[in-house]
Amino acid sequence: MIVIKGVAASPGIAIGKAYVFEPEEIVINRLDIPKKDVRFEVRRFKAALEATFRDLDAAEGKVLRMLGKEHARLIDTHRLILKDPLITKDVAKRIQKECVNAEFALSEALEVVNQMFEQMADEFFRERRHDLFDVGKRLLSHLMKQEKKTLSDIKGPSILVARNLLPSDTISLKENNVLGFVTDLGGKTSHTAILAQSMEIPAVVGLSDASHRIKTGDKVILDGEQGLVIIHPSPEAVVKYEKVRQKSIIEEAALESLVGVPAVTQDGREFKMMLNLDTVEELKAVLHVKGDGVGLFRTEYLYLNRSEAPGEEEQAKVYSHIAKSLDPLPLTIRTADIGGDRLTQLGLEGPKNEMNPFMGLRGIRLFLRHTDLLKTQFRAILRASLHGHVQVLLPMVSSLRELQSARRIFAQAQQELLAEGVKLPKKVPLGIMVEIPSAAILLDALLEEADFVSIGTNDLIQYVLAVDRINEEVAHLYDPYHPAVLRLLQHVVDVTHKHGKSVTLCGEMASDPKSVPLLVGLGLDVLSVAPRMFLRVKQAVRALKWSDTSEAVRRALSFSDSDQIRRLVNEL
Amino acid sequence: MKEKTFVVSNRLGMHARPAALFVHAACRRTCRVEVVKAMNGEDVVVNGKSVMGIMMLAAAFGEKLRVRVDGPDEEAALKEFEGLFARKFDEE
Repeated sequence: MIVIKGVAASPGIAIGKAYVFEPEEIVINRLDIPKKDVRFEVRRFKAALEATFRDLDAAEGKVLRMLGKEHARLIDTHRLILKDPLITKDVAKRIQKECVNAEFALSEALEVVNQMFEQMADEFFRERRHDLFDVGKRLLSHLMKQEKKTLSDIKGPSILVARNLLPSDTISLKENNVLGFVTDLGGKTSHTAILAQSMEIPAVVGLSDASHRIKTGDKVILDGEQGLVIIHPSPEAVVKYEKVRQKSIIEEAALESLVGVPAVTQDGREFKMMLNLDTVEELKAVLHVKGDGVGLFRTEYLYLNRSEAPGEEEQAKVYSHIAKSLDPLPLTIRTADIGGDRLTQLGLEGPKNEMNPFMGLRGIRLFLRHTDLLKTQFRAILRASLHGHVQVLLPMVSSLRELQSARRIFAQAQQELLAEGVKLPKKVPLGIMVEIPSAAILLDALLEEADFVSIGTNDLIQYVLAVDRINEEVAHLYDPYHPAVLRLLQHVVDVTHKHGKSVTLCGEMASDPKSVPLLVGLGLDVLSVAPRMFLRVKQAVRALKWSDTSEAVRRALSFSDSDQIRRLVNEL
Repeated sequence: MKEKTFVVSNRLGMHARPAALFVHAACRRTCRVEVVKAMNGEDVVVNGKSVMGIMMLAAAFGEKLRVRVDGPDEEAALKEFEGLFARKFDEE
């Protein structure tokens, strides 16, 4: 048994037979090209460039489908490398000046850049050279009309062992029976590692000589948590790791069996369970667990890392895609809850360094200041309503006037679209987040204008208790079991029901199985949960008795101390 | 010809994404763009329209880069680079 330690690049455990992947040896000979054929040689190089661009387009489609937009940026980088004068200009120049074949000119040009990268002290920068190789290899294989060796030769589930894996190889791991992979090169920040994490394939990288030590067919254990690779493991080690793996599989399987099963208590009360969606990339996970829809789609991510706000077209495309994928289940889109600091980055007038951004210009306050942003988002959401069941949620509402102002702009957006000939559905429900205490207290008035209510517990608790969770001096005072919080939640549920409307809870509290008894007992209509906690919360709901929980909440409402409430809940 | 010195102000330095933003901006201009970094007392000059070139400089947080522009739209180009550095390439 040999244990080697590398860099833990992607978590998980894999046990199996090794498959050592040796990419084709590319031998490049220098050929002298007669002067009269130099032009042809340059043209041949240009044709290979074109073909590689087409490859990248195809790869982009694949990455988009499998991993989403964030990762498709990688392809964009590759495209930029392909357009780089170091490749386009220098290679052509070399061919002409030295009268050599395109392959040789290219490999010389790549080598110069490679040398520079290898000398870098910074790992993060050094890792980028693999992107260059990836592009260079594609280009060479087109020039040499040589098929790039692929992973499709792998027969049966295996642990892939390689000197190095290029990002383009990594994309096709899942479809090729790869349980996990091990490489000699690479670091935690390489694109290959990042791709492995999002594909949930365990990986250990940076093992220096694993591809020499391990032979195809060797038994290998890969521990992606600790960054260990065990070659020819002892029977005890296999048993130990198999146990760890089994345990997590059993837990997963138990949860997996709850997919598509209703969230119903032991005594037959059914709850709706929806999902919180942070980016469009999570849609796959959302669809997998088969919830009752999306209770909260946070659109903030669309406004990050960019120099201007996302336009109507771009937003409409994202929303429509999600609405269509979920149809007929509802998609609840919350208008962006961005803070004032974002404004300057988006090239807009905004406050600099707010003293207390949590209580500052954010959410609907900000969008009512910049109504063009609000209207653009409303228009995009309304357009998506043609493709599925869409509803809108307003963040940070603190007064009736805010809600009315937003409603007016919403109606304007509707009328504009109707005038443009867009056949909108009769009604797109408009609801409010209850996360500011004033909204909870004034809820009966707000419900005259709001179609539904969603409670954001993270903010509501922090504002009710006046506790900044990030401030370590007071963070311990943040307490979801505080009796004042419980009474306010009960008030919100009761008032909403009195108006015959539905109330969702979408804060972190809904994603904590421990607080589920409280939420069930409160009689919420919908729990909206983070995808990764969805099945666990459902499991908790199904283990409870509605009669017990509602009785417990009734008692808890008379308590004045959070420890009493916590104890009561834990007993359920 | 104009030259201006910038300090890399985003935490991760000029990695692929900021380098790509810089190159995109440079390629939209007709002027020549060169980026210079002093390494071990020597000036390393790269083409500002080459993403590999910029990445080869491995410019980390806090390091200085000199951007040299030469051509009819040099002024506008320099302005745009100023904006990119000032906004920390939209990373923070």
